[in-house]
Amino acid sequence: METVARSQPTVEADAAPKDATLIYRQSSWTRLTHWLWAISLFFMLLSGLQIFNARPQLYIGKESGFDYNNTVFAIGAENTATGTRGYTEIFGKRFDTTGVLGWSGPAGQETSRGFPSWATIPSYYDLGTARVVHFFFAWILSTTLLVWLVASLINGHLRRDLAPRIDDLKRLPRDIVDHAKLKFHHTREYNTLQKMAYGGVLFVLLPLMIITGLAMSPSMNSVLPFLNDLLAGRQTARTIHFAVMVLLVGFFIIHMLMILAAGPINELRSIITGWYRTDPPAHGDNTSERSA
Amino acid sequence: MAKFEISRRKFLTSASLGMSGIMLSGCDAFDSQLGVGDGLRSFLEGANGLTYRAQRWLAGHDALAQEFTEADIRQPQRPNGVTAPDDDTYKGLLANNFADWRLEVSGLVEKPLSLTREQLQNMPSRTQITRHDCVEGWSCIAKWTGTPLSLVLDQAMVKPQARYVMFHCLDTIDRSLAGDIKYYGTIDLIDARHPQTILAYGLNGKPLPVENGAPLRVRVERQLGYKMPKYLYKIELVDSFAAIGGGRGGYWEDNGYDWYAGI
Repeated sequence: METVARSQPTVEADAAPKDATLIYRQSSWTRLTHWLWAISLFFMLLSGLQIFNARPQLYIGKESGFDYNNTVFAIGAENTATGTRGYTEIFGKRFDTTGVLGWSGPAGQETSRGFPSWATIPSYYDLGTARVVHFFFAWILSTTLLVWLVASLINGHLRRDLAPRIDDLKRLPRDIVDHAKLKFHHTREYNTLQKMAYGGVLFVLLPLMIITGLAMSPSMNSVLPFLNDLLAGRQTARTIHFAVMVLLVGFFIIHMLMILAAGPINELRSIITGWYRTDPPAHGDNTSERSA
Repeated sequence: MAKFEISRRKFLTSASLGMSGIMLSGCDAFDSQLGVGDGLRSFLEGANGLTYRAQRWLAGHDALAQEFTEADIRQPQRPNGVTAPDDDTYKGLLANNFADWRLEVSGLVEKPLSLTREQLQNMPSRTQITRHDCVEGWSCIAKWTGTPLSLVLDQAMVKPQARYVMFHCLDTIDRSLAGDIKYYGTIDLIDARHPQTILAYGLNGKPLPVENGAPLRVRVERQLGYKMPKYLYKIELVDSFAAIGGGRGGYWEDNGYDWYAGI
């Protein structure tokens, strides 16, 4: 706790330009692509939830079971003795989610809809518009990922900052303990959990999102027929697409919490201007080995 | 000092933008910009043209949609949209089992046609087990039998200036002040001549049922379901669809769906 308090920069401290611990941490490529992803993912999430609302069920297999049951997730509304209730069903287990999922809206004007109006673009039901928004940002997101990959290969970001090393594995247990205690070390390097989180998003989740997205396209299906077989069918691909969305939202929440805990001004400054304040040279405390 | 002030301003600007984004998330703010014809909407729709060109480039003219086996047919084809047309013309044709029904082929062709069901069924046919993908997100696998559209187009001899095939349907999908709106749609000549694009009269080994589009519906296997009109009675070759309906190339397109539905 002591570390956190000390490392949170105050405005006064930030104002000192001569501070030797201020380093240029994030290249303009990293910063630009970061914000392009942030904007794209925001719009893709909200338009994606709108698209999901058109068919708020997920299935496993090549097709949707209407005469048989291959549904693994469903959001809906049902009439009960106490009025209409919204529900969410996961692997056959049903939860009451009235007010958020299945049945939501202003008091007295609730409607039957999967995700609530505040979580979708547009706020009213409009599948066509949501698809327009979704596919526009799909192009932005994919192009940005490609640009980032090429830039990071050339400028060394990938090799220097993200590639896992033997040391990372050794540090992992300590890193987990430190994170659990909200004890953060401000160094130029990413810590092991950061590498895993960023690497996981950029090399696993986002590519998987693009691949499962393409697997849902009937035209791409004619170009890459093996893709659907590999993913166990178009409807399974759609289910994976949704599950990865949940993981990305989870990443976002943790990302925000970590930034708040590690010092939001310093963290935000580094992703906006590139400049980051590292911990002052240590006096025999445990940050020295990490900052070296 | 100067450096910090800039970064603080940047920080405050982006933080407030980010926050307002989160606050507005349901995004009533965007609602008013996203109607058909709005500037922002039209700009975003540009991505559909990019998708069209990219997928045409990747898939070429003849890449086939995935086909499945009999074992994959596990349920009847799910009907969608209009499933029992209430139009007098249609009901009259249905009453004598479509004996008086004709498929008109007109527009930019050298030889307009008027084909009976028997004439269509006597032409070479194609049977394919394919997956129907609805824009809503569901899929259903079924076996379709029909006449390749390319054979019909060859017989009618398409004029070189024709760019789109327009399908006219018998079912009323909507009503407006100007009158009933019948379902219609367009595809380009690449999809029209695609080997799997058929005028289907058979479903799962039986005659096409009314709910699925009897007597004739289109199958365009590399696009979504809304591009495959049912209750077909006229095929018109056109060089533009700007002057028809809402000018966007189909009933659903006029209501905000993208013209190209390969994704």
